[in-house]
Amino acid sequence: MSARDLRGSVAIVGVATIGCGEAPGYSDIELLARAAKAAVDDAGLTLQDIDGLCSASLNAAMWPLNVVEYLKLRPRLIEGTNIGGAAFVAHLMPAMLALNAGVCDAVLVCYGSSQRTATFGRKERGLARNLLDPSPFEAPYEPMNPPSSYALIAARHMHQYGTTRRHLAEVAVAARRWAQLNPEAFSRAPLTIEDVLKARMISDPLSIHDCCLVTDGAAAFVMVRAERARDMQKAPVYVLGSATAVWHRQVSGMDDLTVTPSKESGERAFAMAGLGPRDMHVVQTYDAFTINTILALEDLGFCKKGEGGPFVENGAIAPGGRLPVNTNGGGLSCVHPNMYGAFAIIEAVRQLRGECGERQVKGAKTAVVNGNGGVAASSQSTAILGTEAAL
Amino acid sequence: MEIKATVGAEATYQAALKQGRFLIQHCRDCEKHVFYPREICPHCGSLSLAWMQPAGTGTVYSTTTVRRKPDAGGDYDVSLVDLDEGVRMMSRVIGMAPSDVKIGMRVRAKVMDGTGLVVFEMIGGGQ
Repeated sequence: MSARDLRGSVAIVGVATIGCGEAPGYSDIELLARAAKAAVDDAGLTLQDIDGLCSASLNAAMWPLNVVEYLKLRPRLIEGTNIGGAAFVAHLMPAMLALNAGVCDAVLVCYGSSQRTATFGRKERGLARNLLDPSPFEAPYEPMNPPSSYALIAARHMHQYGTTRRHLAEVAVAARRWAQLNPEAFSRAPLTIEDVLKARMISDPLSIHDCCLVTDGAAAFVMVRAERARDMQKAPVYVLGSATAVWHRQVSGMDDLTVTPSKESGERAFAMAGLGPRDMHVVQTYDAFTINTILALEDLGFCKKGEGGPFVENGAIAPGGRLPVNTNGGGLSCVHPNMYGAFAIIEAVRQLRGECGERQVKGAKTAVVNGNGGVAASSQSTAILGTEAAL
Repeated sequence: MEIKATVGAEATYQAALKQGRFLIQHCRDCEKHVFYPREICPHCGSLSLAWMQPAGTGTVYSTTTVRRKPDAGGDYDVSLVDLDEGVRMMSRVIGMAPSDVKIGMRVRAKVMDGTGLVVFEMIGGGQ
């Protein structure tokens, strides 16, 4: 058996997002539970039908236990691997393997965070994480992570390939223009290239507008085997390809700052799907920072290495451009509650279902989702999704 | 330079730094240098890692100025430096404005008194 045999064997049949932006007064698990319930409803199932769970949190090392207890699940697959924001894209493969093996019949992938409005502050959580999981060879130099690590990556990309701050700003402005078409997006105010260039610097060359939002939000989706998916209430979105790659943890452990593990995860996911970048109608990258989208477009093969800057020029990835990228507004303008991977998957599913209203990419039958995780593009997980027509 | 290690590589490294000595590792089997300090060679899996004093010279591979309010200490540099031995480390280039630190700049390591922190200074007039 090869990964290729799994192509199209599993589908996403229910999705939900909730609390995107601000959800004051709610805890992480409360937001997650509401999203889980809504996703199961969307699939036409009940929580009692769920017998597989994939979840992760930055705040709890044994998070699946919290979820199992809160939702009173009795899962036969419990998958809590946390590789950062890419986790929920990476969960596709273990879910697929378990579903195909008959270990379980309906997998819930879910996440929730109230990081923006939580009373226990972000600063304290960050300090606690550093205490529990130290970086003794980086921390003494006080990188403001994750921005500083991505700033080092961006600076090297600029040095090596002539990428400019204006190129980075194009990514931020494109995300904002998509967000303006999405009622669920948190940041929808007008934003220009000049606004980004003049904005307060965080860690050069990244300004505040080059960095993703800090929001609340929860997301959940449900997966079942393909033969069952065909009889369910929403059009199934099939998983055609899935691959994950991790090459390092810290930016100082990254061999070439201009190449991310997406190079590997993308190649493997596209090979499994039997498709390539040119076959993709919609692209969801994980835009934790503007440089991420440029790196993903290069590493996934939408353009050559080093040409990501020119590729995004003149609104090329904005509404009406040549390639629809991050059509919900992305982490930069829609939602970013610590880990964004599940939201990227869900936007792809909504596009493939044709549920996206003003921002709908007409006739979208295929999508690539590229998850990013860790403080330095450390983990990358690529998923190729498609409608029945793409099978 | 041999150090009789009765503790792990990280503690051995820190103990040497406290004495003002900056050490990296060299693999006796694959002949590659290793940083940060490890128990096994990440290149070949060998347990035979020896401590050695690097030349201390290197090149800035990437750099960022971290913005901080003046009353909190002001802006500072965070750089990645490639030592001439072929290993990379995060560090800080001191002795100049953070915004003047450039990729490709030649730098030399220095162990800060008291803190045992390895920082770098520009060599001569740069490249």
